[in-house]
Amino acid sequence: MRHLRLVPDVTSIDFMRYTRFWLIVSLVGVIGSIGLLATRGLNLGVDFRGGTLIMAATPEEQPLSVWRDVLGDVGVGEVGVTEISDDTGQGRHMVLIRLGTADMEEGAAPAVDATRAALSQAFPEVQILQVDSVGGKVSGELVRAGFLAVLLSFLGIMVYIWLRFEWQFAIGAVLSLIHDAIVTVGVFSLLQLEFNLTIVAAVLTVVGYSINDTVVVFDRMRENLRKYKKMPLKEVMNLALNETLSRTIMTSLTTLIALFAIYWFSGPVVHGFAFAVIFGVLTGTYSSIYVAGATVLWLGVKRDWSKPDASAGTQFGGAKA
Amino acid sequence: MLQFPMWKNVAIVLVCLAGLVVAFPNLFYDRVERSNDARASLAAGAAETPELAAEAAGWPEFLPSGLVNLGLDLRGGAHVLVEVQTADVYAERLEGLWPDLRDRLRDLRDQVGTVRRLESAPDELRIRIGEPSGMAAAEEAVRAASQPVISLTGASGRDFEARAEGDVLVITLSEAEKVAIDRRTLDQSLEIIRRRVDETGTREPTIQRQGEDRILVQVPGIGSAEELLAIIGKTARLSFHPVVNRTTDAAATPGLDEVVYPSMDEDGVYYVLERRAVVTGEQLVDSQPTFDQNGLPAVSFRFNPAGGAAFGRYTADNIGKPFAIVLDGEVISAPVIQSHIPGGSGIITGSFTPEDSTRLAILLRAGALPAEIRVLEQRTIGPELGQDSIEAGRRAAVIALAAVGIYMILSYGWFGVVACVALLTNIVLIFALMTAIGATLTMPGIAGLVLTIGMAVDANVLIFERIREELKTARGPARAIQLGFEKAFGSILDANVTTLIVAVILFMLGSGPVKGFAVTLGLGILCSVFTAIYVTQMIIAGWFDWRRPKAITV
Repeated sequence: MRHLRLVPDVTSIDFMRYTRFWLIVSLVGVIGSIGLLATRGLNLGVDFRGGTLIMAATPEEQPLSVWRDVLGDVGVGEVGVTEISDDTGQGRHMVLIRLGTADMEEGAAPAVDATRAALSQAFPEVQILQVDSVGGKVSGELVRAGFLAVLLSFLGIMVYIWLRFEWQFAIGAVLSLIHDAIVTVGVFSLLQLEFNLTIVAAVLTVVGYSINDTVVVFDRMRENLRKYKKMPLKEVMNLALNETLSRTIMTSLTTLIALFAIYWFSGPVVHGFAFAVIFGVLTGTYSSIYVAGATVLWLGVKRDWSKPDASAGTQFGGAKA
Repeated sequence: MLQFPMWKNVAIVLVCLAGLVVAFPNLFYDRVERSNDARASLAAGAAETPELAAEAAGWPEFLPSGLVNLGLDLRGGAHVLVEVQTADVYAERLEGLWPDLRDRLRDLRDQVGTVRRLESAPDELRIRIGEPSGMAAAEEAVRAASQPVISLTGASGRDFEARAEGDVLVITLSEAEKVAIDRRTLDQSLEIIRRRVDETGTREPTIQRQGEDRILVQVPGIGSAEELLAIIGKTARLSFHPVVNRTTDAAATPGLDEVVYPSMDEDGVYYVLERRAVVTGEQLVDSQPTFDQNGLPAVSFRFNPAGGAAFGRYTADNIGKPFAIVLDGEVISAPVIQSHIPGGSGIITGSFTPEDSTRLAILLRAGALPAEIRVLEQRTIGPELGQDSIEAGRRAAVIALAAVGIYMILSYGWFGVVACVALLTNIVLIFALMTAIGATLTMPGIAGLVLTIGMAVDANVLIFERIREELKTARGPARAIQLGFEKAFGSILDANVTTLIVAVILFMLGSGPVKGFAVTLGLGILCSVFTAIYVTQMIIAGWFDWRRPKAITV
């Protein structure tokens, strides 16, 4: 029986040919994202902005204007209502209600209670699925913790790669991670999707996936560098990329299969999460080649791998060629 | 060469079997949970009813009964993060120092002259003395009253400090005392909140301290965070004060040692009361919801002997005068004392609903919080959403598993089947580990699990791709398989360690659901390395020894 092969056994694609072009693409992506963040900013969720978010559902669809009318009379300040799709197959009509950045000095309880009462009076069958109120003090801390988490993981990964490979690889890897994180956040700014704590977890997942992909390519490069001592660096990299191409495609596909299963079947709570990671898997795969690989190519590496590097835990390749 | 030594094979099989045994009760979650609950309440001394016995018997006793904890977002319930206002207690502590210091200074009247307390910020006590020349003696007398503070760091000091500013003696609490107060206040608040939540009879509440001055309360199954806050948010400080005056003037200026409190029910009515309480809620030993003689909801109370004696003495001496029942700075009611009340018990009336009286009785029984608390975060997850999330997560997991499995088998044939076995083992092991360490499964956690399904096959993909390559050059399939495993190992290790770094950082810095995601991601990585390398190699080696194929296709 012949097995399914999306990638031929032997490929010789010249990945490193248009690095300059891809460099520009990457830069446009990163600078564009930063520009978007500076001008449009993020649609911050209650985790980071403070305030109250209520997820409610009714069996029949109610126009948003009706929701707004009902809530306008509650006297809890400005109220935003948006519709969300319910993909859990319950046939409900769900909305997200955002109560202004409620001052938590006295707690959000009065506003939430008033809203609850008004809703169940207007729509007797309404279900209040979820209520989140976060005070300004905590939201500020959550923002800091999120930033710190991303920075620390960059640092941890950089140190590990530096120990296991060479500093050029560490720089390449971290640049590609920065690229992925910024571009993923940039897409959230572009599409104005809600950015909350789960999305920070998603960005870190993307970081984890991207580094995984990068490391596999680096590993093969190191092996080839030992094996082919005279081959130009560019060709060594191309060879490594071609050799790992089948695996790269395979793993991205299995991961994407799982992610689409989450995206389509897991309900609204993790929708944004799945979206962020799907996007991130694509950028992560791209950046492993065109940011991480290109950076190493540009920085150059030491070619004398004859003396086994004591810090590189496992040695193989070389002698067996 | 390809085969592991026997002991290793046995160990691998044992680990997998143990995982299966620990994880499988999760398949019968409801039944096991109800049985566990019933057993727990029987063990706690509940009367054995047929229903309870039937539920307990719902799951055989000899089978393992550990379960993965379901997070609040899957179970439904309320989550509240509060901050204890410990600074309130500093002011109270200083307030408490005043009578003693006053007496000590008055004993030195001939040296320090008159002693008067000045208005001041709440974090200090300002005392003016008539004779500035006696300041040194005053300082000495005041310092003699301070107590040593024993702190954990060993850096002990006195509990308060005194300094002179002209003819004013300024008393402030020392840092060591503040730290000690913080800790004591938080401990007491935790204890009181725990008692109050326990009184409501909800199962498995989580009450944890967070950081310096915060408490996290999670109660599954409760209707809303607002409901929870009605129980834990109130300070519930009860006291009985003599009434000086009843007024409608909010700006009424109280005399020395008097306070003005608003009425709870009557708008615009204020009471001027003596600051000093006759008795306080601390002297209560019991409190129950009840009804007064008119059949209206009320709350009964009983004092301890000391409180009862004080209460009895006061009522005997003040028949015909009103006295006020004050809760958290509001006057519930101010009845006129009709007769001497001996025995130290009575009822509080006011315009209560039956729910109010039940709640107030719980609060009084559990005791007052030592300081006010401020809500930082409150979240409610409806039970419907939790159930939907579990269903949705299960569906996503099954679909992901099936799709990834089919894809792997199409791509790698028999080797793909082996990878599927490894993947299933991986999921079983993740559940077993989560059950064993008591980790909590959240919705992002389920997402992490599904994602693991996609990413865990990576290690197998790396190995299989490597075997394919080695088949082209190596001598014979056995050698190719062996080289495939050997050479892929470095990549697998590096790739997974870096991802593990991310999972660990997420776990350390994340909160709530995100932490749940980090747990499944991290455990997924650990288990996937084990299953992809050991389980896969064991199966393939066994198969190879058995079939001895001349050529293989991967």
